[in-house]
Amino acid sequence: MAYDSFSILTSTAVPLPIENVDTDQIIPARFLKATERVGFGDNLFRDWRYNQDDSPKADFVLNDATYQGKILVGGHNFGSGSSREHAAWAVYDYGFRCVVSSFFADIFRNNCLNIGVLPVQVSTEFLAEIFEAIQDDPSTQLTVDLHKQSIVLSSNGKSEFFDINDYKKDNMLNGYDDIDYLSNIKSEIEGFALNTPL
Amino acid sequence: MKQTLFDKVWDSHVVKSINNGPDVLFIDRHMIHEVTSPVAFLGLKNRKLPVLYPERTFATADHNTPTLNQHLPVADPLSRNQLKALEENATAHGISYWGLGHKKNGIVHVVGPEYGITQPGATIVCGDSHTSTHGAFGAIAFGIGTSEVEMVLATQCIMQPKPKKMRISINGSLNHGVTPKDVALFIISKLTTSGATGYFVEYAGEVFEQLSMEGRMTVCNLSIEMGARGGMIAPDEKTFEYIKGREFTPQGSNWDKAMAYWKTLYTDEGATFDKELTFDGAEIDPMITFGTNPGMGMSITKVIPTAASVEGGAATYKKSLDYMGYNEGESMIGKPIDFVFIGSCTNGRIEDFRAFASIVKGKKRAKNVTAWLVPGSHKVLASIKEEGLLEIFEAAEFELREPGCSACLAMNDDKIPAGKYAVSTSNRNFEGRQGPGSRTLLASPLVAAAAAITGKITDPRTFIQ
Repeated sequence: MAYDSFSILTSTAVPLPIENVDTDQIIPARFLKATERVGFGDNLFRDWRYNQDDSPKADFVLNDATYQGKILVGGHNFGSGSSREHAAWAVYDYGFRCVVSSFFADIFRNNCLNIGVLPVQVSTEFLAEIFEAIQDDPSTQLTVDLHKQSIVLSSNGKSEFFDINDYKKDNMLNGYDDIDYLSNIKSEIEGFALNTPL
Repeated sequence: MKQTLFDKVWDSHVVKSINNGPDVLFIDRHMIHEVTSPVAFLGLKNRKLPVLYPERTFATADHNTPTLNQHLPVADPLSRNQLKALEENATAHGISYWGLGHKKNGIVHVVGPEYGITQPGATIVCGDSHTSTHGAFGAIAFGIGTSEVEMVLATQCIMQPKPKKMRISINGSLNHGVTPKDVALFIISKLTTSGATGYFVEYAGEVFEQLSMEGRMTVCNLSIEMGARGGMIAPDEKTFEYIKGREFTPQGSNWDKAMAYWKTLYTDEGATFDKELTFDGAEIDPMITFGTNPGMGMSITKVIPTAASVEGGAATYKKSLDYMGYNEGESMIGKPIDFVFIGSCTNGRIEDFRAFASIVKGKKRAKNVTAWLVPGSHKVLASIKEEGLLEIFEAAEFELREPGCSACLAMNDDKIPAGKYAVSTSNRNFEGRQGPGSRTLLASPLVAAAAAITGKITDPRTFIQ
């Protein structure tokens, strides 16, 4: 599924300073029953966001109008657990285009890269500074520049370089996806398959 | 060049390497289920792409399926719709489909090995993180997202950078009452849920050599819970013995050819890993988790650690204990429980039911406990009946259900109610994993059995002679 390209994003951010945020929190399993990619944003962080009677939980950050923006900032080991791409879809469909953390779980990171959500890994210290800056002033902005692979905190101008491989960077800058690449080397794959019996 | 087991299998499946990018990795066998495949098939339809090698993909229904009255139409319309989509997609593309009611139906990671789809040296993927299970046979097996499911259907390849390599060696032997589940929970408690992120793990040493194939599957299954993409164990005579003669394993001269390859699948003496960890089997006790991730586990005899004594932030740790209704310093032994769940791709195989039976035989289920015994497949269900385990369960007042993922992720009706405690042989104790507000205690089938008959957390060694 093609997605919108990503180059530079400047936005306020939504802080979620909890570690080991797992995919079951991002989207609980009972909301995985769709056969199309629709409506996942509504159930992002469902059980942290709503009570069992579907009323919003006032103390959860997504229900607090003070914090808004296209960037989600999460604690260490964000996205651990399941391979459900629905978690990345929920993040994207809610309106986030970038997740910042000091550490990402592997499959979640991959899924994000495959659908156009940019995972930005920063140092533990910088993450703490970002959380603090947003807490002090919710209008604090982050600028994520994929060309330069940099993330800048508006409150003090501090920045960090983040890692992404050249192939994925190029994909995200252009909105390309892997399946297009693979389709174009189909003859090589077919040749390989001939020598790889079932 | 000295190579690890992982290098040998990975490198032989690389179609193409991209400079400062991923490898294009050829996938031998692909398994799909109803939850993570429909959007992938929709993607193929939108792109007007066929399935390139339908004979390399296998479909089974498991995540959503009811565990009672499987002969009736599925009552939940959303689940029914998803199951129907799988059937239609598999049929339309010529993919073998083992749906609800099929005699080969079961949890994808249970049926794969049962029918010989899982083989040493193969690359195996599925849109499910516990695909790591198949690494028990010396395969590279890992979970993928739906975009990648679509890639595999369309091109039989995915694109991923080669992970780093870690070897976890455990020597010596296991104490009485200590099972493969305890070994895995022990390792995760040492590494945390992110300790192996970015790595592919090889398990080595006497403890893993001594484990049965089913035990090895339990350990490899839980590799993802320490963040690893997957885990694998070099194939040996036990592996070959297990797979011989199964429906999808090579036959005749193809078997000999395959064996010649499989016998090369071990880590060369002197090959290097990015990280090596070593433990002693005698250190491991029966384990139980007390928090909301699988890394929050401990010996069943210990007390819940203080926030100050563990890695990570105190606020997150305390939030977790609050959710569980526990306090630092408390003993787990004697804590009351409400539910017991035996099943899942982690511990839903015949040896798990034998272990459970070994403790409940001749006893009665505690009156305060609701227990769900859910076999991983129809084959496991048949063995439970053939071996006389069903009589033991019934005499002890336990209910045996039909196969599926069930209360492991509670996508069907098997939900633990809010606030209730479940001792579960499954793989994740995340908040709400087994139903909104549910509280999960991960443990082995022996610990679950001891809890089921006493109604509280009990050291299973009390019941073992």
